[in-house]
Order: sequence, then C-alpha cells, then structure tokens
Amino acid sequence: MKYLPLLFRNILRKKTRLLLTIGSFAIALFLFGILAIVNHSFNAGLDVAGVDRLMVQNRVSIIQPVPLAYKEKIEQVKGVKSVSFANWFGGVYQDEKNFFPQYAIDDETYRAMYPEFKVSDAEWKGFMDDREGVIVGEKTAKRYGFKIGDRVPLKGILWNSEPSWSFNIRGIYTAGRPDEDTSQFWLHWKLFDERRAFGKGTVGWYMVKIDNPDDAVRISKEIDAMFANSSTETKTQTEKEMMVGWAKQTGNIGLMITIIGSIVFFTLLLVIGNTMAMSIRERYRELAVLKAIGYTDTFILFLVMAEALLVAGIGILLGLGMLLAALPGIQNALGGFLQAIYLPPNRALLGIGITFLVAFLAGILPAVNASRLRVVDAIRRV
Amino acid sequence: MVRVDGNGADSLIKVRGLDKTYKRGGEDVHVLQGLNLDVNKGEFVAFMGPSGSGKTTLLNLLGGLDLPTAGAITVAGDEVSRMSGAKLTTWRARHVGFVFQMYNLIPVLTAFQNVELPLLLTGLSKSQRKQHVETAMQLVGLQDRMKHYPRQLSGGQEQRVGIARAIVADPTFLLCDEPTGDLDRKSADEILQLLAQLNREHGKTILMVTHDPLAAERAHSLLHMDKGVLVAADRARVGEL
Repeated sequence: MKYLPLLFRNILRKKTRLLLTIGSFAIALFLFGILAIVNHSFNAGLDVAGVDRLMVQNRVSIIQPVPLAYKEKIEQVKGVKSVSFANWFGGVYQDEKNFFPQYAIDDETYRAMYPEFKVSDAEWKGFMDDREGVIVGEKTAKRYGFKIGDRVPLKGILWNSEPSWSFNIRGIYTAGRPDEDTSQFWLHWKLFDERRAFGKGTVGWYMVKIDNPDDAVRISKEIDAMFANSSTETKTQTEKEMMVGWAKQTGNIGLMITIIGSIVFFTLLLVIGNTMAMSIRERYRELAVLKAIGYTDTFILFLVMAEALLVAGIGILLGLGMLLAALPGIQNALGGFLQAIYLPPNRALLGIGITFLVAFLAGILPAVNASRLRVVDAIRRV
Repeated sequence: MVRVDGNGADSLIKVRGLDKTYKRGGEDVHVLQGLNLDVNKGEFVAFMGPSGSGKTTLLNLLGGLDLPTAGAITVAGDEVSRMSGAKLTTWRARHVGFVFQMYNLIPVLTAFQNVELPLLLTGLSKSQRKQHVETAMQLVGLQDRMKHYPRQLSGGQEQRVGIARAIVADPTFLLCDEPTGDLDRKSADEILQLLAQLNREHGKTILMVTHDPLAAERAHSLLHMDKGVLVAADRARVGEL
C-alpha cells in the first residue's frame, strides 16, 4: 500500500499517453466483446439443442415442404415417442426491419415437444380456444410492448392469401436459460393452412422426439429410408446438427473472430510494448536512483509490471463499461436476427485474461531491462 | 584522521589494494590501482583531481554501486566488496546516503514523498515515517516546502531536498558527488554550510568529490587523486588542484 502513490504518480505523469494507452486496451476488449457476443449468438442454439429431438426436412432444402401425411408414418418408427411439425410464416410486423421468427405450429403436439418453453396452462388454454390466438416469446413481447389481449397485424408476404393477417396475443412464453430463444411467435397451423394460398397439406419440417438419444442415427436412417425414391425425400438429423448447419451457412464465425481478435491483440501488443518501452527508457535515471537508495532489482521489475497491469486494469474496466453501455443498442439492432445477445461470463473472463496477458507481455521486456539496469551507467555519476 | 598508506586501524571505512579495471575497445583501462584509504567516523573528506582520475569510480565502489576488480572495501565491519545483488542493495539502503550533482529527485513526487522514499524500505509506520521526514526537512530548512514538487523549487532547494533524502534513514556515511556543481555560488555556499553542519553537529561522515576549491576547504581532509592513486593534498595548494 505504501508504494501506491509512487505507482499512481508514475502512470499519471503523461496524461495524454495514459489516456491513449487505456483507450487502446478498452477498445481492444470492447471489440473482442462484440465479436464474442456475435459468435455466441450464432451458436446459442447449439448448447440448448435437445439431444432427444430429430428434425425431418425436405432433402432438397428446408424451404421445400414435406407432406403432412408423413406424420403418421414417422410415428410408426420404432423408438419415436412423438412427432410435431411447423411452418415458417415469415410475416412482417409494421416494417421489414421488425424481424422476429414466426412459426405456424401444430398446437396439439408443439408444447410437449419443447418443455423448455414455459407457458401457463391458462394462457395455453386461451390460445387453444382462439383460432387467431398466438403465443409470443417474452423477448419479442418486451421489444414491441406486446401484452396479452393485444391484436397484432402481420403482412403475410410469403403466403400472400390476404394482405394482412391479424392475431390475438393469448400467452407469453418464457425460458429457464438465457441461451433459449424467446423471440418466437407461434400461430395455429390449422388457421395458417386454411388461409394460405398455396402449399396446403404440407408442413415445413417435423420435430421427432425419440425415446433414447443413442438411437438417433438408426431412427434418422429409417425415416429417410422410408421416403427414399419418393417425390419428397427427407433429410433427418439431430437438432444440434441442424443448428450447426445453420451457423455454418453464415461462415465460420468462430474462425473469423479468432483471426480478427488475434490481429487486434497482436497490434495492441506492439503498440503497448512500444509505449511501455518508451515510458521506461525516459525514466532510466529515476529508476537508477531508486536502485541506488536501496530498491532491489525485483522491486523495480514489479513496479514496472504493476504499472502495465494497472493501466490494463483501468482499460478493462472502461472496455467492459463500454460493452455494457452498448449492449442495449446491439440487442435492439440485432435482436430480431440473433438470439441470446449477451457476453457470456467465460468469454468476458477470456477477454480480461487476454488483455492482462497482452499487458504482461508488453511490460515484461521493459521491466526486465529496468531491473537489470546498472546504476552507474544510468546515472553516470554518483 | 584520514590515511592513504594502508596502515590505519579501527577506521569506519577501510580500503585495501583497490583495483578497478574497465574494458574499453578491447583494451584494459586501469582506473584505480592498489588504492588504500582509511576514513574514521565523523570525518569530512574531499576528493579532488582532474576529470578521469577515478574519483567517481572510487565513490561508486565505496557506495556499493559497483564492484572492484581486486582489493577490499570494509565499512563498519562489513566487507562490501564481497557482496552482490540484493545483499548489496540492502546494505546501500542501510549505510549509504547519496547526494547527486543533478539532485535526481523524482519529478512526480512532492519533496515530502521524495524524502520518504528510503523510509518505505524500512518497517517504520506511516506516522513514524512522517516524523522522520519532517525532521530531515527541518534540518535542511525546507519544512515549509514539503508539498512542493521539484519543479516548484530552486536548484539549491532541490539539492537540500536531495540531502534530506540522503540523511533521512540515518545512514552510516554520505557520498556526495559534486553536490554544488550545478549551483550558483550563493546556493553552493548554503549547501556546503549544510553539509558542514551535518558533519559538525550530527557527526555525519561525509565523502565528497568536488572540483570547487571553496567546497574542498570545508572538509577536514583533502585527498588528491591522479591516475587512480590517492595522495594527501597540501591545503595551501588546493587552488592549483
């Protein structure tokens, strides 16, 4: 504690340089945080994907339909517990930028298929009793201020049978984990099928709950074999595999983030290393005086390292503050497209760790040089 | 009594057969050659001599900032020339007070904080450190300048803060390298008066390198160094040195 004034006075001696150095640390961490948030959002579904759920889609593409008649056949496969289905609705709420995923769901099976989404029995009953009823995720409800009882108009741009579809919000679902997607909007598939202009009697995809996750490969093969050589062949995979496929469609985000992050931190290392070296070189004489009056080489080493780490620490606090301040804006801008927009604690710790490591690497060489300084050379004369 | 013949006994600082050789451009340069010196406690010794004669090298060795090529330096029974690394640093903190020509204060610290620096290495409490610093600042006549930064002080005041820093931990002896070399005559006289006072009233042992004959006159003993050899100087011929 008694050395703190020396430490603080040293880092404060060139305020502009200090601000720029702190800013470099803060911006590097801020950038790392943004990249980590985006990466996490792209992969958010992977961690919560059900291990006991399979997805059956058209072999050609997820946007090609699958006949409704397949449901009963899939239910017959040994090891299949239940089958549900859904369609992509793709409506527009007021403006195209107001994006949130809308699914026409099989109201008889969907709730049991996804027990991680919580809806009260009363709200679910309200939904079932109203053909135009919908259930909305709490994130979307919060974003647009939807409340139970509200009437929400959507432009059905994909199915185009009506200029506008209107729904009544009958329930708001929640989820236990932050990575779960609470932005969905569920409408009745029956209503959707009645009113759409084309594709009647088909579904977008099937969700298949199985008894034993170990049987996933066998069941997938059996389902696909059942519809092989038909006009609509299927592709069955686990929910996680499908989500990985989605994530990969946007490119290898993880690799991109690793490359960008590495470049940022390497550049930071060069800049901070140079700054630290300059700062210490300017003070050789002072450090030599400290050594002359009895401060050890080890003390000088720790003093210089403490300065580097203290500056990094302040930069980290500033960077995290900037992230917290920017998060609502990011959520607002990307909330419709990406789920779970937040900085996971392990990523935050990694960013902090890397920033401290950069500070350590930038400081260690000047610190060692300073500690090895020969007093007689630095002062020249006693 | 200062001796340079190697026959002193029970002296505070005892130097025997001191050699210091530097390598310069592949050649050996013998800066000090078989130097002997005995300084008793409470002495005020001035070293004079031409540039490059080895005065500063001797002070560096006596202050434990450098190690001799051969020979021995013993201070208060400790053989300094055999110490190295952290042990030597700790010894310096306990036994040597340095007064530099260019003051060498830390510019970002106040006069109080500069003087306090050597005390941070001791086990003294904050209040004890404060008391010691105030006493040292009072001794050098700067008790009203404790919160000033070096840039807010004159050269003479800076040097007085430097002296306060040198004496605050009550070292065994003071090493002063041209303490008035960067000062005007008036300030230089004040500094010399202060050093003489510390020697006379507080019994401080002082070894001072100087080019200033008036400064040398303040010392009890004057030694002349030439080509790495010390000789007792004739005070009457100080001006010629």
